[in-house]
Amino acid sequence: MSQQTQAGIDYSKVDGILSAYEYKKSNLIAILQKVQEVFRYLPLDIMTYIGTKIEGLSPATVYGVATFYAQFSLQPKGKYEIKVCDGTACHVRGSMPVLNAIKQSLQLEDGKFTTQDGLFSLETVSCLGACGLAPVVVVNGKVYPQMTGDAIKIVIDTIMKEEKEGN
Amino acid sequence: MSDKKTLIINGKEVEFTDEPNLLEVIRKAGFNVPTFCYRPDLTQYGACRMCVVEVEYPNGRTVINSSCTMPPEANIKVKTNTERTRRIRKTVLELLLANHDRECTTCDKSGKCELQQYAEEYGIKDVSKYVQLKKDRYLPIDDSNPSIVRDPNKCILCGACVRACAEFQGHAVLGFANRGSKTVVQPLAGKPLGSVDCVFCGQCQAVCPTGALTIKNEVNPVWSLITDPNKKVAAQIAPSVRVAIGEEFGLEPGENTIKLINAALKEIGFDLVFDTNFSADLTIMEEAHEFVERVSKGENLPLFTSCCPAWVRYLELQHPDMLNHLSSCKSPQGMLSPVLRELVPKYFEGFTPENLNIVSIMPCTAKKAEAKREQLSHDGKYETDYVLTTQELAKMIKSAGIDFKSLEPAEGDSPFAQYTGAGTIFGASGGVAEAAVRTAYEFVTGEPLSDLDIKGMRGVDQNHRCKEVEIDIKGTKIKVRVVSTLKEAEKSLQEIKSGTADFQMLEVMACPGGCINGGGQPRSCDDTHIKEKRAQGLYKEDSELQYRRSNDNPDIKKLYAEYLEAPGSHKAHELLHTVYEDKFKGSYKDVVKS
Repeated sequence: MSQQTQAGIDYSKVDGILSAYEYKKSNLIAILQKVQEVFRYLPLDIMTYIGTKIEGLSPATVYGVATFYAQFSLQPKGKYEIKVCDGTACHVRGSMPVLNAIKQSLQLEDGKFTTQDGLFSLETVSCLGACGLAPVVVVNGKVYPQMTGDAIKIVIDTIMKEEKEGN
Repeated sequence: MSDKKTLIINGKEVEFTDEPNLLEVIRKAGFNVPTFCYRPDLTQYGACRMCVVEVEYPNGRTVINSSCTMPPEANIKVKTNTERTRRIRKTVLELLLANHDRECTTCDKSGKCELQQYAEEYGIKDVSKYVQLKKDRYLPIDDSNPSIVRDPNKCILCGACVRACAEFQGHAVLGFANRGSKTVVQPLAGKPLGSVDCVFCGQCQAVCPTGALTIKNEVNPVWSLITDPNKKVAAQIAPSVRVAIGEEFGLEPGENTIKLINAALKEIGFDLVFDTNFSADLTIMEEAHEFVERVSKGENLPLFTSCCPAWVRYLELQHPDMLNHLSSCKSPQGMLSPVLRELVPKYFEGFTPENLNIVSIMPCTAKKAEAKREQLSHDGKYETDYVLTTQELAKMIKSAGIDFKSLEPAEGDSPFAQYTGAGTIFGASGGVAEAAVRTAYEFVTGEPLSDLDIKGMRGVDQNHRCKEVEIDIKGTKIKVRVVSTLKEAEKSLQEIKSGTADFQMLEVMACPGGCINGGGQPRSCDDTHIKEKRAQGLYKEDSELQYRRSNDNPDIKKLYAEYLEAPGSHKAHELLHTVYEDKFKGSYKDVVKS
């Protein structure tokens, strides 16, 4: 099976979500959002499970919906979700150097979006509607305005430090 | 009628009633528009935009609309062939072609591909102004499936396969994934098509307009067998091949060409030609016996027919707990091959168990997978060496330079040449059950059934996917249900599980309408009447044959008398019955167990 198979998935949680949404095909997006909230991403096995449980759906269809929307992640997200705005305003005011600085700090390899320890995940988004504060980075809902490469490094270092001390 | 509705198509006044869309009205009126994604037996999707027409409303407003998704309206003026519609269609074609692997000559769909056909009709000569699909960006071809080959580089995203899988078989093994220019049609998470819950019915490739989904072609290895002087090759031909293959040579659907097929196979170089109809009769002898036994014991009812390999695989994957309902009879293909292996060397000089090879000609892509079942092998050798679909045989006949229509009609080889009408109708949904009832009635009562036409079991169109007939066998009422498509079958399975099922026999064919509309048959997806005509062809042969009950077949009687003893005997079980395998592990539903 695929490497995404997580033997420890608690399907009763999934069942709970499915019954809360009445096993309805029309509620699929809401169901996937809820699953992602609980599991921090959409494991392939859960998508397969949902596809066999809801009438009129199939695993391939669920996968299709999950890959259609950028909001769904098929890889585990980090404890800290970093969103770098790459809308027009942020882009012209230097969001790419910010993004590269984050990649460097997190030592992310090309094509990877979550750190090995699962602490951080990184994604770009298209316009957060805060163009006046460009370039903007959001970490777990907290907005960091007018970022630079150096500034974001400090933010990340602070989080890392807190995490270490917390342990 | 005062409320008759009319509209104008290309200047001609056309009446319409309950047609689901404008496209159907256009076609009924004798005009045509090109389509990729429209298939009358599937829901309308409006993906390809080839069927666009110019519509002028009574208020003078003119719009361009896709005719497949537009309901017919009274008093509109429709133009199917204007400068604008032609320009739109040409642009659609150019964009599709730019993003398409255009190695047409080596494509299995070449000559049958709608993209190729329209590109030629619309005179597309150059698509270089668009960004091309580059070879280094080609996705790998997936030939992991025993029946179907998937080439994503030829997919035009019309979604017909996705709909066929979902709407016929109820579980969409293929689905769209990703978005925008990265969109692909693929099995779950890009897994190989051979390792998902595909039942191999081939309906996806039957509705595919291009070479993105094709039948796994086994013509070449069969030629090698035939041309090998040290090998003998026997063929068997399934019931529904005879009423469809003629279409490849300009004959009408439903025209019975069995004698031409016999002749063509001999001409190609097959040493012996047998008819799977004969073993359909054999199947009925065994299955009717099994049914009567189960009814008398009240065991494992309802009995499920086991002729359809897609259905068998579906049960093995999804409902292994219900395999006890499945008849233990092998399919007619599965029965004939071991019988031939045993008896051909005894009856025919020069044939030995070692040099005999068996090729079956089937309307079905799933039969290719059935032939590779462990349970249908003997001493490590598969009982059926190769399975060719109707389409593949047509290719062989053409490449051999045979003028099919002008062949001298020929008979099949004895001693298994005779067959009954009951064997013939196996090819249509309801046929297996009808044949079984004809014989079971006589097994129980000792008297022949008087009216052999059980009309309630017939019909292959969309409205006849679930049929039920009650038969009075001298006071014992037996209810038989006939379904086609696995989506319908699933409903019956749920009834059985919930305890509301009141039928004793369930016939299932996975393809809509049965084998006459199988995944290996010539193209029939854009005309719903083709499968009806093929079914009529089978029922016509049934009505004309001397024998119409399997138990009346003299060759069958002879086979039992000389060799098999009686239906259900030890010898019969050894050769003609099989066991099934729980394939739940690794199937979609398996994830739940962990």
